[in-house]
Amino acid sequence: MNQPAPVPFVASLLDAPLTASGIAWLDALRREHLAAFAAAGLPDTRTEAWKYTALRALGQRRYANGDAQAATRAIDPAVFALPGVDGPRLVFVNGVFRADLSALDELPAGLVLQPLSQALRQDAEPLRFVLSRHQPEQGDAFVRLNAALAGDGVVLKVVAGAKIAAPVHLVFLGAPAEGELAWHLRHVVELGEGAELALVEHHAAGGEQQHLGTTVGDITLRDGAVLRQVLFQQAATGSSLIRRSRLQLGARAQAMLHVLELGGALVRHELRAELAGDGARLDTRGVFMPHGRQHIDTQLAIRHQALDTASESVWRGVADQRGRGVFRGAILVAPGADGSDASLSNKNLLLSGQAEIDTKPELEIYADEVKAAHGATVGQLDERSLFYLRSRGIPQDEARTLLTAAFCRAVLDDLPNAALREHLAALLVA
Amino acid sequence: MLKIENLHARVEGKEILKGLSLTVNPGEVHAIMGPNGAGKSTLGNVLSGRDGYEVTAGSVSFDGVDLLQLPPEARAAAGVFLAFQYPVEIPGVNNTYFLRTALNAQRKARGEKELDSMQFLKLVREKLKVMQISDELLHRAVNEGFSGGEKKRNEIFQMAVLEPKLAILDETDSGLDIDALKQVAQGVNAQRSPERAFLVITHYQRLLDYIEPDFVHVLAGGRIVESGDKTLALKLEEHGYAWVREPGEPAGAAA
Repeated sequence: MNQPAPVPFVASLLDAPLTASGIAWLDALRREHLAAFAAAGLPDTRTEAWKYTALRALGQRRYANGDAQAATRAIDPAVFALPGVDGPRLVFVNGVFRADLSALDELPAGLVLQPLSQALRQDAEPLRFVLSRHQPEQGDAFVRLNAALAGDGVVLKVVAGAKIAAPVHLVFLGAPAEGELAWHLRHVVELGEGAELALVEHHAAGGEQQHLGTTVGDITLRDGAVLRQVLFQQAATGSSLIRRSRLQLGARAQAMLHVLELGGALVRHELRAELAGDGARLDTRGVFMPHGRQHIDTQLAIRHQALDTASESVWRGVADQRGRGVFRGAILVAPGADGSDASLSNKNLLLSGQAEIDTKPELEIYADEVKAAHGATVGQLDERSLFYLRSRGIPQDEARTLLTAAFCRAVLDDLPNAALREHLAALLVA
Repeated sequence: MLKIENLHARVEGKEILKGLSLTVNPGEVHAIMGPNGAGKSTLGNVLSGRDGYEVTAGSVSFDGVDLLQLPPEARAAAGVFLAFQYPVEIPGVNNTYFLRTALNAQRKARGEKELDSMQFLKLVREKLKVMQISDELLHRAVNEGFSGGEKKRNEIFQMAVLEPKLAILDETDSGLDIDALKQVAQGVNAQRSPERAFLVITHYQRLLDYIEPDFVHVLAGGRIVESGDKTLALKLEEHGYAWVREPGEPAGAAA
């Protein structure tokens, strides 16, 4: 049988042999996913989920598999320091866990926080279900790739009833290396019944490079659990980052997610949330700001599957220069999910004639007595507002910045961590 | 201070100003009156540098500088202030932050030291008293949800803080009831000084009962067709604009 030659991207990642974990079911799983990845290759824009994000350029690149020198690369801790975030910390450099940069001593009672590799060595069995339950769909090349090659990641558990006050800081740092490399991390987060956690997922740059990172995460909130998560992405402007998170909410569980997508060359974030228990609530707030030649793609899919569930999503996109933003916000209210209340708004601003944002809100409702609202707009800065500011003496560039920041402000307004909120708000102005 | 000579300006290809000339000296209050469509607001917009207004002939010099060559922010820093007929609502931008940014941008452009937040607050408190503005308005977004009167008072308050040399009031009386009108006029009068000039653009005479002008000009057909003292405004009030001759008509033809 004649197979077409794989594109350089796929070929380069198949080059290195899989490293054996010594866990039979896991190694079998990895081989299976790698074979599926090799057979399917990268999706093209005919695949609906990748319609607005072309992977042709990525397909022509070659990446080394992982960074053998990651443990010894010099990193200045200042590059990932954040105001208002000084709790437990787990740091990965080019996908490799760095105990020396992490802060895992004296973890608060009720918090389990460790690298996945360590958890697997101690006892792989509790992780077997979650790591096995991939159900890849068409175009899930990166999920397969991640399942095949991710040897590490974050395991975070909060036991039932524990309330972790200090935010847990997860740092994913790209550092310059001898060439371009690819890293993959797999995360498992679980909050027990009534547990509470503040979490900061932070993608930072330890210097300019063009690596590729993929992450796949499962976040499970048991009944009554509360998660406040900030996802702050400020990766190197040449790097690519492809992430999938699955969020499962039990009865009365609440998740509030604040997302800031600022960095990266090719960035995609897929968030799939299931409101699985009665009375669950999800709030997402996000802003993506592609400029230069950045491409930032957010795919939000929220399923209301239980009674009286609520979701509210407020997203802003700002594209400048030749930046490209993609936003898909899909809400599904499943049969029987009566009393659901879902709203989604995505407003976008184009700051240059060559910038582009494609937004696609989708609403599918199969239940009765549902409140649902969604809307998306793409526009430009209001000329009247701009002139008003300039007529008062504010220079044009500053006036544009001020109006852009004002446009995004709603996204950060209800972030409870004031110090972090101020820090992030200042980045919207920069 | 301000010298406008033979100014011609077009908006969307249509000639609105057709040879307007006007000289304003420090300390003077000039009222520009005229019927709708005469070009009153166009004059304010051309002077403050709004996009879309094309000057096809003539000149404007301000303290010896060619005003028309400057972007709007530089005109502001030079001392030109336009009180808008329709102040713009800007959600998400705090009123105080906006005003401090504006003042410091102007000071920076003039090579003056910027004010820190304590100094700025002190200045704002002084000016608030003059304008009788509730400081609650300062904590809101710029003009957002303000009533018509609040918006106009906010314009005059901004003028008080920015202390321009030339203030252009574009139909500041429109949409105001008599109480609000008096408050706005009082705020303006408090800022009259031998160094500051005013260009008061209005359709109605009643604003001039409260802001007494030194000169009144009638703008019609894109030019100033009559100039006089404040009694000219009363004449307009009595006879309307119909008697005003159109440019090109023989003088006195319609009188």
